[in-house]
Amino acid sequence: MSRIIEVEGVSKSYGGVVANKDVSITVERGGITGLIGPNGSGKTTLFNSIVGYHPIDQGSIKFEGNEISKLPVQKIARLGLLRTFQQTRIYGAMNCVENMLISLPHRKMSLLDALKTNTKEDYDHADHLLEFVGLYEKRLLKSGDLSFGQQKLLEFAMALMNEPTCLLLDEPTAGINPTLINGLIDRLRRANSEFGITLFVIEHNMRVIMNMAETIYCLAHGELLAQGTPDQIQNDQSVIDAYLGAH
Amino acid sequence: MAKNKVILYAVVLTISFLAPFVFPTFGTQLATLWLMIIVAMTWDMTGGQMGYNSLGNIFFYGTGMYVAAVISIGMVYNVGDYTNAAGGGIFEFTDQQYFTGLVLGIIGAGLFCSITALIIGYITFGLRGPYFAIGTLGVAIAGGELVSNWDWVGGGQGIALPVYPGDLDEGKVFFYFLFAVTGIVLFIFLKWFYRTRFGAAINAIRDDEEKADAMGIHTLRYKLITWAIAAFFVGVAGGISGFQLIHFEPLETAYQTINLGIFMVVCVLLGGKGTLWGPIVGAILFHLFKEVTWNYFLGWQWVALGALIIVTVVYFQDGVLGWLMHKRPEWFGIRVENKSSGDAR
Repeated sequence: MSRIIEVEGVSKSYGGVVANKDVSITVERGGITGLIGPNGSGKTTLFNSIVGYHPIDQGSIKFEGNEISKLPVQKIARLGLLRTFQQTRIYGAMNCVENMLISLPHRKMSLLDALKTNTKEDYDHADHLLEFVGLYEKRLLKSGDLSFGQQKLLEFAMALMNEPTCLLLDEPTAGINPTLINGLIDRLRRANSEFGITLFVIEHNMRVIMNMAETIYCLAHGELLAQGTPDQIQNDQSVIDAYLGAH
Repeated sequence: MAKNKVILYAVVLTISFLAPFVFPTFGTQLATLWLMIIVAMTWDMTGGQMGYNSLGNIFFYGTGMYVAAVISIGMVYNVGDYTNAAGGGIFEFTDQQYFTGLVLGIIGAGLFCSITALIIGYITFGLRGPYFAIGTLGVAIAGGELVSNWDWVGGGQGIALPVYPGDLDEGKVFFYFLFAVTGIVLFIFLKWFYRTRFGAAINAIRDDEEKADAMGIHTLRYKLITWAIAAFFVGVAGGISGFQLIHFEPLETAYQTINLGIFMVVCVLLGGKGTLWGPIVGAILFHLFKEVTWNYFLGWQWVALGALIIVTVVYFQDGVLGWLMHKRPEWFGIRVENKSSGDAR
C-alpha cells in the first residue's frame, strides 16, 4: 500500500497554546486509519491543518505526494481530499436530495457541465446513497429539521456523493443512537471497501475505532503519544494513562 | 399541475402583451413596473439565491445608461462636443442611426456592466454579510460622484439622448415592450438557471459558504459569473431607461442609490427572497403601493414607504412567497414520503 497522506513534523500554536507539536502521521491508501486522544489533544486541529483551514507553523503535509500545506481549503478539496465536520454542516434550508445533488463533485465538472440540470442518474445515485445511510424516507424533508444524528448521516452521504479519494471524518458516531452505531460502522467499512475511499477517522468511541481501523494514532497534549494496531494501542500503558489522566 | 402552469403563463403573457393597449395612459408606469421586475429579479440572483446582499446593483443601472448614451452618440458625433453644446448645437440623428445606436448601446451597456461586475466582484467578494452590502454601496455612490464630475459625459448636468423618431405614444409602447421582452427573457433564463447544478451551487454558497468550499465548489468563480449575469441585465435595463427618459443626470436618475437602488431590495424582501416568483410579486405589490401613495398621499409618501420597509423587515421577512411556503409547505413539495408511494420529482 502506498501512502496517501504524509504529515511530517507539523506544529501549530494558537498564541501561546501549542495545539500540535511535531506531529508525524501517515495514512495508507485504501485503508482505515484512526486518530484518538483525550479532549483537547489536538485532533481536530490536525484535521484542520491537513485540509487547509489554517496555515501550519512548521512541517510538511503531502497528499498523494504533493505538498498541500500552503493550499487553501477549496483547492485541497478539489484534489479529492474531503472532510466532515464535528459540528455537522449541511445546507439546512434544503431537503436531503438537494443537499446530495449539491455535493456532486464540482471539481470533475467543466463550466458547461455545471450548467446542465441534474440527470436521472444523479437523482438515482442520490437516492441510492440516502438509502445506504438510511435516510431515504426523509429525503424530501428540510434537512435542518432532521435530528443531529440524522444530519450526521446526511453529511456522510454527501461526502460519499462527492466521490473523494480520501475522507477525513471528525467523530462520525458522536450524537448517534448507540443502536445505530453498529450500522454506521458497517457503512463506514463498506464505504471503504465498496467505494474504495481511504478513511481517516477521529473517534472517541473506542469500540468503534478498535473495530474499524487498521492503524491507530494517539495524540495527547498536542504530541503523538503512540501508534500501532488496535491491539497495540489498547495495551499501551501511556495511552491508558493519557485517558485516565495519569502523568 | 403542469396544466395549471401553462394557463398561468398564458394569462401572464396575454396581460403583459395587452396592458399597454388597454391602459394607454399608464404606458410609462407599466414600463417602470417591468423595470422594477427586472432589477428585483437580478437583485435576487445574488441577494436571495447566493446570499450576497448587494446595495450597489444600482451602479450597473447608472453605468448602463451612460454606456448606452456614449455608444449611441459616439457612433455619430464626438461625445465631448455633443455634451458641451448641451442641446444648443444641431445634432440630428437619422432613424437608422437612432435604432443602430439603440440596439448596440443597450447590448454594449449589458456587456460593459458584466465586465465591470467581474472586476468589482473580484475585489468585493472577499467581504461577507453587511460588509459586502456597504462595500458595494460605496461602489455605487463613488460611481455616481465620479460620473457627475466627468465633463466629457456632461458632468452634473447629465446627458441627453436622441429622441425616439416616431410619435410619443408609439414610443411609450415601444419602450414598454423593450422592458417586457427583457423581463421575459430574464425570467426564462432564471427559471432554467436555478434548476442547473450551477444554480444549486450558488444556493450552497448562500447556506454555508465554508461548507461549499470544503466540498470543492468553485465558489469565487460561481459568484463572479452570477453577478456578471445580473449586471448584464441591469445594464440592459439601464440602457433602455436611458433611451426612454431621453435626458438623465448622474445622481438623481442614473446612480439613484436611495431610490431604485433600495426599491429593488424592498421588492425582493416583500415578495420573498430566494424564490423565482417572489421578486415579481414583490415588484408588482411595491409598484402599486408606491404609485398609490405618490398619488393620493403626496407629502406622506416617504413616510408610507419607510413604514412599509420597517413592517417588511421586522414582521414579514420571508415575504409573500416565504409566508405561503410556511403556511402551505405541501404546495412546495415538502413532505415525508414512503418508499412505496412512488418516485416524485
